[in-house]
Amino acid sequence: MSLVLPRGREIDAVVIGTSAGGVEALMLLLPQLPAGLGAPVLIVLHLPRERPSLLARIFAPRCAIRVVEAEDKQPVEPGTVYFAPPDYHMLIDAGPQIALASDELVHHSRPSIDALFESAADAYGARLLGVILTGASADGAEGLDAIRRAGGLTVVQQPEEAYAALMIESALARGPVDFVLPLQEIAALFTAVEDGPGAAAPRPART
Amino acid sequence: MIRPAPGDSEIELRLLIDAIYLKYHYDFREYAAASLKRRVKSAMLKFNCATLSQLQDRVLHDPAIFPALLDVLTVPVSEMFRDPGYFRSLRETVVPLLRTYPSLKVWVAGCSTGEEAWSIAILLREEGLLSRALIYATDINPQVLQKAEAGVYEADRIAGFTENHRRSGARSSLSDYYQAAYGLAVFDKALRRHLVFSDHSLATDSVFAEVQLVSCRNVLIYFNRALQDRAVGLFRDALCRKGFLGIGAKESLRFSACADAFTALVPDDRIFQKRDAA
Repeated sequence: MSLVLPRGREIDAVVIGTSAGGVEALMLLLPQLPAGLGAPVLIVLHLPRERPSLLARIFAPRCAIRVVEAEDKQPVEPGTVYFAPPDYHMLIDAGPQIALASDELVHHSRPSIDALFESAADAYGARLLGVILTGASADGAEGLDAIRRAGGLTVVQQPEEAYAALMIESALARGPVDFVLPLQEIAALFTAVEDGPGAAAPRPART
Repeated sequence: MIRPAPGDSEIELRLLIDAIYLKYHYDFREYAAASLKRRVKSAMLKFNCATLSQLQDRVLHDPAIFPALLDVLTVPVSEMFRDPGYFRSLRETVVPLLRTYPSLKVWVAGCSTGEEAWSIAILLREEGLLSRALIYATDINPQVLQKAEAGVYEADRIAGFTENHRRSGARSSLSDYYQAAYGLAVFDKALRRHLVFSDHSLATDSVFAEVQLVSCRNVLIYFNRALQDRAVGLFRDALCRKGFLGIGAKESLRFSACADAFTALVPDDRIFQKRDAA
């Protein structure tokens, strides 16, 4: 299974990074995703490190797509949203499967968007869609750059409509992205298209 | 756009890891690739190497850099009473059962710079069990073991440790256990007498003692499934009948070959008990 985007672009995974204003942005985005989405959606949303996260519990009842907090060694499956747990980096290992890490903070954050994006770029190569939404941190810029260099598709939220534009501007400062879109149209990227026609066999992650 | 052909970095990584194993006998071959790659990348920056092959060359011909490389590959990240809920559950659920043993042995596996081992020593002291307890704290990195053994931490970390300790259901003040001087907090030598720090690899060594409690948190996440199975198998074999195993907050035995050997005692805090027949 894979996700086919407009212009026939096939994607095996979607990664999303956001911080300030992220819950509201995802509230608009995630409930629009269909249960049978042809790709997994892996999300890093900066949160306090010392408290349990309620994200999966908040989003699950509002979404058609399955929403979970990622666990170490958990298989990464299409049709599922994985939130990085607080105080762990979320990486992708061969399988593909979730690999959590307790390594030092990146841009004062754990989980870090850069850590997820770089590891996903490594695992999925060009068959990856990276999305940066509203945020007040430079985390994610390097990661989105890694996705671009691996040939993946890059999208940022339109900075004018973002609650905090710093994260998006930092990403744009690193180089061009494929799409700068309002949230509503980012959602349409996923929903305007049907699942993979089956011609595209699932490709194992390159790790 | 110039990129190395896919797979090159995988080949280089494997050669580097094999070189480390052959020359220094540290076995990273079964570590989870994604986090190992991140660490190796930061090692490239630290040692000014443009490629992993260059790093491999340095590792082979400049043994003086190996201790520093080992530090990067085994990034020590720990704090005292990390995840206070875990320690609270140890107190409330495990300690009452530990009281029934005339003497106690605890194994803190992958102890890094020792914060967890010292935390358990303080917890056992507060619960009146330390006098009959011995805590084995093991790690593969001799430099972090030295730090662990010293029990000296930067004073600016103490506020965080104190807050964690308080939330763990503390029966005393953390300040009872250290002396602060010159920006450092030096932990009590009386606790130290119950701690044994030792070199041990979950990848290559075997069981060394029978213990009632194994605490191994945020170590298994760095292993692939095969090595996780080996490590959890060691814990099973080291634990006494109905012994206890604590793992990291986001770690799971669900995907382990040894899952059947344990039942979840406090699922939310990842505390397990060895099954009778296991």
